[in-house]
Amino acid sequence: MNHISMDAVRAAEARAWSTPLADLAPADPQLFKDNAHWAYFERLRKEDPIHFTRDSEFGPYWSITKYKDIMAVDTNHKVFSSLSTLGGIAIRDQRADFPLPMFIAMDPPIHDAQRKVVSPIVAPGNLAILEHTIRERAQTILDGLPRGEAFDWVDRVSIELTTQMLATLFDFPFHDRRKLTRWSDVATSVAGPGGVVETEEQRQAELRECAGYFMTLWNQRVNAPPTTDLISMLAHGESTRNMTPQEFLGNLILLIVGGNDTTRNSLTGGLYAFSKFPAQYQKLRANHDLLDSTVPEIIRWQTPLAHMRRTAVSDIELGGKHIKAGDKVIMWYVSGNRDEEVIENPNELVVDRARPRQHLSFGFGVHRCVGNRLAEMQLRIVWEEILKRDLDIEVLEEPERVMSTFVRGYTSMPVRIRN
Amino acid sequence: MPKVTFIEHNGTAHTVEAANGESLMRAAVDNNVPGIDGDCGGECACATCHVYVEADWWEKVGGRTETEETMLSFAAATKDNSRLCCQIMMSDALDGIVVHTPDGQH
Ligand code: HEM
Repeated sequence: MNHISMDAVRAAEARAWSTPLADLAPADPQLFKDNAHWAYFERLRKEDPIHFTRDSEFGPYWSITKYKDIMAVDTNHKVFSSLSTLGGIAIRDQRADFPLPMFIAMDPPIHDAQRKVVSPIVAPGNLAILEHTIRERAQTILDGLPRGEAFDWVDRVSIELTTQMLATLFDFPFHDRRKLTRWSDVATSVAGPGGVVETEEQRQAELRECAGYFMTLWNQRVNAPPTTDLISMLAHGESTRNMTPQEFLGNLILLIVGGNDTTRNSLTGGLYAFSKFPAQYQKLRANHDLLDSTVPEIIRWQTPLAHMRRTAVSDIELGGKHIKAGDKVIMWYVSGNRDEEVIENPNELVVDRARPRQHLSFGFGVHRCVGNRLAEMQLRIVWEEILKRDLDIEVLEEPERVMSTFVRGYTSMPVRIRN
Repeated sequence: MPKVTFIEHNGTAHTVEAANGESLMRAAVDNNVPGIDGDCGGECACATCHVYVEADWWEKVGGRTETEETMLSFAAATKDNSRLCCQIMMSDALDGIVVHTPDGQH
């Protein structure tokens, strides 16, 4: 690890334990960029598992830090709402402009009706149809990687693979595929100098371009015989073909955003974790069957989304604390996945855990990730192909991380293939 | 101990024991029965322990709860005889029960 970030981690650790509890504010994007948030959550899990921060750039919020409490909030959608009009599902309140209906930010019963429409598309039966194409594309990418020289794993592998997989899912024009990545980044960005988009106008313009592009695809598919891609399924599906353009776009962008940087960062996170726990990689290398448990373990260890947010719609007592109607409640999956009361040696990547799927990375309850098996399949395919080729990949430097309390990810990670 | 048989999508049968009061999901997971994932550990919060209950046993297992109904409505290939088996507790009356697993959990 380079010196600057090591210093940042040490300083943050000291602050985590010395700050008066009442002033402890874990939702600090810089902490996440420096990978220095761990000590904050360790202290909260020990001393104040349901913690109130009075003041922050995101306003006041509750931090839920233990596995069981997170499960209790996630499964209680009657009290803890996801509604976009109350602020939505991330600590930063959702903007009211460019509103697209997405069921991730809705409550039952509307949520349930929309989710039922999308869910079968990414069910195991359909995934099996896609597996072959996804594998071929993964093989091509891996075989095209340089040997013996440094390259950026994030760009060459994680982004490229995830983008190609999304293009496969939507049967999206292949040469335009990086547009998908771009739109996903834009949709989740906050406009500002040096950001993904500089101004709000730019953001809206790019999203309009996205909307136009997809409407064209919809019109093409709706007039053609049904095929197995997602857009065709939506265009022909009994319960979806009468969606308004707004609903169609909302669902589409949700699938792109949902499947984009989460999967991308799991692909980088897995390789990074193996560089930290090389003995675990050797265990997997000796027994490829362990991939079944390795894949969910990578997703736990990485926790690609650090939190989900809810808004309380009625007063409720939780672990002795009084949460009031209107309060912002943050379920810190990143902390619950390190809860030593539920997960043994939680800081370590262990490829043969007995219950690898008992983790919070996909959430639980009615909003539990609809793409969970798709994400697992993508990771499994890539690691199967890496193992088959027995690639010896060396991580050359600490990765650069995303500045966000929501997306736990990497912007670059230099690596070299030794063989 | 009472027994439960899980029949996989491909027809392979697995008969395992389950203590009274223990869920069928727990029995499956503890005995590594393929086709039952049980991601949430029995909180009725993920729908990855979906099974089809054989007709002879349908009356005996009781009805779905409201939460189970919702979670099942999101699962793939839900049928009239679908249940989440974390919500079926073993009892003497269920000794010998037979359930089938779907082609995948989601
Ligand atoms: C490792 C990869 C992934 C992770 C960690 C992840 C994580 C999550 C989380 C935490 C939630 C919210 C759960 C809650 O509030 O309880 C969610 C919801 C969702 N995810 Fe994923 N996701 C991943 C991959 C995908 C993929 C590949 C897709 C694309 C199909 C996808 C589509 C969705 C959708 C549509 C929802 C909304 C579900 C609802 O509100 O009912 N996700 N995901």
